[in-house]
Amino acid sequence: MENSILTVKNLGVSFGDQAIFKNLNFEVKRGETAAIIGPNGAGKTVLFRALIGSIFYAGSIIWAADVKIGYVPQRLDLERQLSLNLGDFLRLKVNILKLHKSVIKEVLNLVHLPAAKIKNPLGYLSAGELQRALIAFALIGSPGVLLFDEPTAGVDLPGEEQIYQTLHHLQDMKHLTLIFISHDLNLVYRYADKVVCLNRAMFCFGTPKETFTKEILDKLYGSRIMHHLHQDD
Amino acid sequence: MTSDMNQIVAIIAMATAAAASGLIGVFALTRRMTLAADVISHVALPGLGLAVLLNINPLIGGAAALILGAFLVWALERRTHIATETIIGVVFAASLAIGSLLIDSSEELLDALFGNASGLTVLEAAIGIIVSLAIIFLVIFFKDKFTLAFISPDLAKTSGLKVDRLNLAFLLMFVITVILGLKFLGVLLMGALIIVPAAASRNLAKSFNADLLTAALLSIFSVLIGFLIGKRYSLEIGPAIIAVASLIFFISVFFKKQK
Repeated sequence: MENSILTVKNLGVSFGDQAIFKNLNFEVKRGETAAIIGPNGAGKTVLFRALIGSIFYAGSIIWAADVKIGYVPQRLDLERQLSLNLGDFLRLKVNILKLHKSVIKEVLNLVHLPAAKIKNPLGYLSAGELQRALIAFALIGSPGVLLFDEPTAGVDLPGEEQIYQTLHHLQDMKHLTLIFISHDLNLVYRYADKVVCLNRAMFCFGTPKETFTKEILDKLYGSRIMHHLHQDD
Repeated sequence: MTSDMNQIVAIIAMATAAAASGLIGVFALTRRMTLAADVISHVALPGLGLAVLLNINPLIGGAAALILGAFLVWALERRTHIATETIIGVVFAASLAIGSLLIDSSEELLDALFGNASGLTVLEAAIGIIVSLAIIFLVIFFKDKFTLAFISPDLAKTSGLKVDRLNLAFLLMFVITVILGLKFLGVLLMGALIIVPAAASRNLAKSFNADLLTAALLSIFSVLIGFLIGKRYSLEIGPAIIAVASLIFFISVFFKKQK
């Protein structure tokens, strides 16, 4: 328990009288990489929003006392005409946390975004650039854990590989705990120490070896996905 | 001489209220309450009507109704998660109906709707200047927190902000800004002075600070030029101000920043 950064017990979320999920139990240890998988509409993003305290939930979510969370949402629902540029956006958190301005350069370096982009309006960054900007934003203030919603959604393949390399590099360098949502089971198999699988009817938790069985994946996604996995194996 | 002094104090009061409303407008747009901003000011109507009926200063009635309205909108937003615009649309329709029923003289109704700049007393103007300066200070002080809470409540939460409280603080500052303009612009036009200069400035500004500065300056400019035109051609001052602001907006569309 002492090594655990996150303990979730009997967690449930409902919107009105519709239960999104209930009775989730899992634990993430410091420095681990945990993946959350499941079909669309399973409540993966809802689970993240419960973990950051943005929505009401039943049960308990216990973060280690000293933990700082960096959250990377799947997207930012931005108006194109917003006057905020990339530098303004990152400065918001730097100012709120009362950090030094030099942090902005550091985090931009970490995510391989050129400093020249700082004056670009946020609404006009490409999907890949915005994703990097969001990672950079999350890294401000040196969080101990990164919650990452679909790291590679809306990013082309070379971009996807780069984001994973960046994440891995960061994890090694900063001893981050990483919790990410993904649709890509191959990436999950490669990178995750623990897997939380989730759909409306079921829940499972274990190592990728334990969870990636035909029986569980069948139940989680239906049978179609198994063909892909067999081909990949 | 005294009337000149009064005039000068009144102009300063209008200019500081304009600066406050330009700044508040930038955040109202960030919070996506464009329509809401325009109609929330109508919540003042039942208060104005009630004050007239009870024979007290209509401004006090309007202010009380607006502050009550801000709490109502905040509570509804938290409970129901319906878009603010829907909620305010409902509150607005009810307010307009009740307000019009309460205000029985059509002249008073016109004053409430479109304002009456000549009626500003020195005391009202002095209070207005102080409150405007307070709003300007608070907006600048909270600008990072407001902006983050409005573009992404989730990112704001993980940055340690109390999003609910920030929303309430903003709604209150918003209605106080409306109160500042009630007398000289009226409930119909004050919402416009908050939104229109900020919308024009968004077309022009390339950074957030530039946006704040431009919105405040355009708003002051609209008020002063509208006031001069109104005086010169014996027109109603409120509508003249909004006409100037709208003209600036249409011009700004042609200078829209290119990416």
